[in-house]
Amino acid sequence: MSDIAERVKKIVIEHLGVEEAKVTETASFIDDLGADSLDTVELVMAFEEEFGIEIPDDAAEKILTVKDAIDFIQSKSA
Amino acid sequence: MRRVVVTGLGMVSPLGVGVQHNWDRLIAGQSGIRAIDSFDVSDLPCRIAGMVPRGTEGAGVFNPDSYVTPKDQKKIDDFILYAIGAADEAIKDSGWKPDTEEQAERTGVMIGAGIGGLSSIYESSLLLAEKGPRRISPFFIPSSLINLASGHVSIIHGYKGPNHSVVTACSTGAHALGDAARLIAFDDADVMVAGGAEAAVCRLGLAGFAAARALSTGFNDTPQKGSRPYDKDRDGFVMGEGAGVVVLEEYEHAKKRGAKIYAEIIGYGLSGDAYHITAPAEDGNGGFRAMRMALKRAGLNPGEIDYINAHGTSTPVGDLIELGAVRRLFGADLSGASMSSTKSAIGHLLGAAGAVEAIYSILSIRDQIVPPTLNLENPSEGTEGADLVPLKAKERKVRAALSNSFGFGGTNASLIFTSID
Repeated sequence: MSDIAERVKKIVIEHLGVEEAKVTETASFIDDLGADSLDTVELVMAFEEEFGIEIPDDAAEKILTVKDAIDFIQSKSA
Repeated sequence: MRRVVVTGLGMVSPLGVGVQHNWDRLIAGQSGIRAIDSFDVSDLPCRIAGMVPRGTEGAGVFNPDSYVTPKDQKKIDDFILYAIGAADEAIKDSGWKPDTEEQAERTGVMIGAGIGGLSSIYESSLLLAEKGPRRISPFFIPSSLINLASGHVSIIHGYKGPNHSVVTACSTGAHALGDAARLIAFDDADVMVAGGAEAAVCRLGLAGFAAARALSTGFNDTPQKGSRPYDKDRDGFVMGEGAGVVVLEEYEHAKKRGAKIYAEIIGYGLSGDAYHITAPAEDGNGGFRAMRMALKRAGLNPGEIDYINAHGTSTPVGDLIELGAVRRLFGADLSGASMSSTKSAIGHLLGAAGAVEAIYSILSIRDQIVPPTLNLENPSEGTEGADLVPLKAKERKVRAALSNSFGFGGTNASLIFTSID
């Protein structure tokens, strides 16, 4: 697993207070991990901080799963 | 008018978590005021406060994990956490749990605060200046709003009745109990979880009150001596934090379910000074009229009040103005009543003060003992002939108790409680 995926999962575990096993790549923040709309805003902020990138609102709206986040960040870092 | 009784009590204060723990320490003459060590106070003129003891174990220690998951704690200012903690105790104590949708709709919440999430506002302002708007948490606003204390308690417990909040500075807690009782009296609810909460002890809060020349500055090396209402050496109030919450209930409703009834709330008076933003009117007429209105509503004569829990913040001006107003109404000897300021032990809990002090007043009726005014070593000139319960708690007959709260803006509230027997 890539370093980015590890770091994304760590942030998700910390911010949503969920067990590591639940944070699979296909897990949806809202449907599977108990996040609400405000949690997802904060999660995106945490990704920005961790990876030193900016995630515009229209891109943030499309980040619904752990994989979405990893893919977006990878595309930015590539 | 429907009668309203108190069936549950809950408290988080500088003396600790839990009503009985608090009361035992208060009656033993202990103080919850200490030197502030959780943030930098080196450049502030007042470096002491009544702080809620926090930790993970030990009697009376506040552990946020007992009420809210660590994940959710980040979304909640401390004043809301304290409200949730005090409400939890009061609700358990009352034994009330709505079983039906209708019962949930007849159960409401009215918990206020004087200032709200001051620490959150302060921290977020620093973050905004340093890192810009994109770093501000989406939880900043809901964490700071005063009515979110009522909001969280209703969400946790599923109460769908009136959801309201009071903001009247240091009268908040008393107004919340009085107004919530009226919602029950008017048949808008059968049960109201009511109280006040505050957590404004932070650099910004201390600097602001210090700038208004309201705080004690002469006891930084002897914190427990700092709050000394009516004493010659008093030099301002000491900030405190915490929450007081009670369960108010319609009398027949409480009786029918066999609830333990602590007291009946029989008097409530409120008034405005129309005088000054921070100073009380010199003749104390606002406090006088609030007390008179509460007595009238209660149908009691001054001589029937045995204990007065004073607003008594330990400021040079305020204490004697209040005593003057009490004397105008009760006579020079207070008609035999004892009057003490429990702020001497916990400091001034601002928006929580009225609720916490109402609970102390109710317990004075339950246990027939009145709590002391700590540090009252040399009573100020002008206090002669009044029993201000110096230094030690006093056993005595307490049929009815009156609790005063006065706030910035010239807002005053008085509550009267009696036992129902």
